[in-house]
Amino acid sequence: MRIFVPGDALAASVGADEVAAALRLACPDATIVRNGSRGLAWLEPLVEVETPEGRIGYGPVAAGDVPGLLAAGFLEGGAHPRRVGPPEEHPFLARQTRVTFARCGITDPLSLAEYASLGGLAGLRRVLTMDGPAIIQDLAESGLRGRGGAGFPTGIKWRTVLQAPAHQKYIVCNADEGDSGTFADRMVMEGDPFLLIEGMVIAGIAVGATRGYVYLRSEYPHAIAVVNQAAAIARREGLLGSSVLGSAHAFELEIRVGAGAYVCGEETSLLDSLEGKRGQVRAKPPLPAVAGLFGCPTVVNNVLSLAAVPDILRPGGAAAYQALGIGRSRGTMPVQLAGNVARGGLFEVPFGMTLGELVMDIGGGTATGRPVRAVQVGGPLGAYFPPALFDTPFDYEAFTARDGLIGHGGVTVFDDTVDMARMARFAMEFCATESCGKCTPCRIGSTRGVEVLDQIIAGDTGRLGLLEELCDTMKFGSLCALGGFTPYPVMSAVRHFPEDFRPRLPMAAE
Amino acid sequence: MPQTIAGRIEEIIAPYLSLEGPAMPTLHAVQAAYGFVPDAAVPVVALALNLSRAEVHGLVSFYHDFRREPAGRTVLRLCRAEACQARGAERVAAHAAAALGVGWHETTPDGAITLEPVFCLGLCAAAPCGTVNERTVARLDEARLDAILEAAR
Repeated sequence: MRIFVPGDALAASVGADEVAAALRLACPDATIVRNGSRGLAWLEPLVEVETPEGRIGYGPVAAGDVPGLLAAGFLEGGAHPRRVGPPEEHPFLARQTRVTFARCGITDPLSLAEYASLGGLAGLRRVLTMDGPAIIQDLAESGLRGRGGAGFPTGIKWRTVLQAPAHQKYIVCNADEGDSGTFADRMVMEGDPFLLIEGMVIAGIAVGATRGYVYLRSEYPHAIAVVNQAAAIARREGLLGSSVLGSAHAFELEIRVGAGAYVCGEETSLLDSLEGKRGQVRAKPPLPAVAGLFGCPTVVNNVLSLAAVPDILRPGGAAAYQALGIGRSRGTMPVQLAGNVARGGLFEVPFGMTLGELVMDIGGGTATGRPVRAVQVGGPLGAYFPPALFDTPFDYEAFTARDGLIGHGGVTVFDDTVDMARMARFAMEFCATESCGKCTPCRIGSTRGVEVLDQIIAGDTGRLGLLEELCDTMKFGSLCALGGFTPYPVMSAVRHFPEDFRPRLPMAAE
Repeated sequence: MPQTIAGRIEEIIAPYLSLEGPAMPTLHAVQAAYGFVPDAAVPVVALALNLSRAEVHGLVSFYHDFRREPAGRTVLRLCRAEACQARGAERVAAHAAAALGVGWHETTPDGAITLEPVFCLGLCAAAPCGTVNERTVARLDEARLDAILEAAR
């Protein structure tokens, strides 16, 4: 009999390791599998037992609940207040279209056999019979766009690298997922790491690169451990090495750990960091596709982009992926519901669902039960949207049209106690802390921005014009998205929540 | 004969010198061994990597993770990013600072606990969160924090 207790970082942070230990002690005959997370964060630790009727979930489970669960017959799926039922039938999962996250939470992340039995390696096996241009043609037809935030067509990026002549090319996975409100990369790496490895191997074969790096942030110790173990298994099983699955293709993979610099999520500073320098942004051109890591043509893709590749390259995969989504946003987006939300977690869905559906129907509004006041979409550089904009569909162009961005798909919910002037100030403060210092608008502008916002908060609303000018300078004059996009949270807060930027009345005496 | 610090650092970094772009793994290895990057390591690393001391100093000072001094026995990092703020991270952080009598980046006088900010641990659907040395903790509130501080004292 098998019992599943997620080994994912979020589950572990709320007691899953203790639950697993208690179950091991209480059920010595059972096999405890440390699976990935299903993404129903509010139910973590979500323990599942394998019964003849399928898997039955219980959550959130604390170690102290184990005796009571056993007494209630949970090994046979018995009734208990924590019983969730079959996880797939839970509305939060039933309403999703899981492509990238098809296996996450179901399998043992480090079982390559289980990975292959549930559709894994189908893309790679097909790719081994194709040449680079044909692989990239499939990818282009799928409509996949970079999931890191920029939304650049992945096929065009790969084609540029394929056509660049060089003795050495690289595949670099950007796993520096620093945006608050996002955790999809982490969940893939911890819950289905072979998917990422397969995607990187396919990328290498497509463009003729034989070396790959995963640049993984130090804040993700669980992911670092799982991806390293998965890479070792992949090497042993011939998925990596001098002959990928017995073919003439070679691909080596190495995991490199960041050191706490947010700006290293920007692709050129990431490359400088990999090379052993301070993570400072490079001027473009040249594009990394032409002169990237150590000056060689380099594919730099986000975890989610690479993790989407194996499914797209399986037989019929490109057309199936392209059939999902709306407008120029094709396929699925793993949306991450975070912050003050009743039902937070990972919700993979074709592009097109509105922000309001995601926050209210799926997320259930705030966890505190108070009204939703603001939602930040796309991480610390994303705009704050009020409920009046909840009709915005999840689509790259629709968010751009409303002066926002979907970024990496993080949705952070705030209730009506939020002070938007403070959030605007925080955006500038964060930019000042994390600026790499290379360009003036970001380095100096963010510090001036904190000062101007302090004056506004102190009541000098005449400075709002100056703030807007400063934001214009940062937006159009910065080298990268850190300085260039910090104006999004700042100016969206000013525009949509002007009442928070007016002089505050002294508190009336009670 | 006792080993010199330079000799020990040379041993620590030796396995990483043949990597492509070895600087970051090298500095991570030094910090893993000492808990911080001692000033004495800078010239040793510079010589081994054919960099100037200024360049190595530049790396140590650029990346938030690298410390130049030892931390307390327990490092408590609390997330200050937006999703955690939405669930009361500022309140929890203020509680920690008051209980410890220190501010960000400071260590209690007895050397027990260092308080540091962190920006996002990817636990944003179980906010507010933090780390206690290597362990991640989430759904923090004042009571859970008090228990953590009690255990670390």
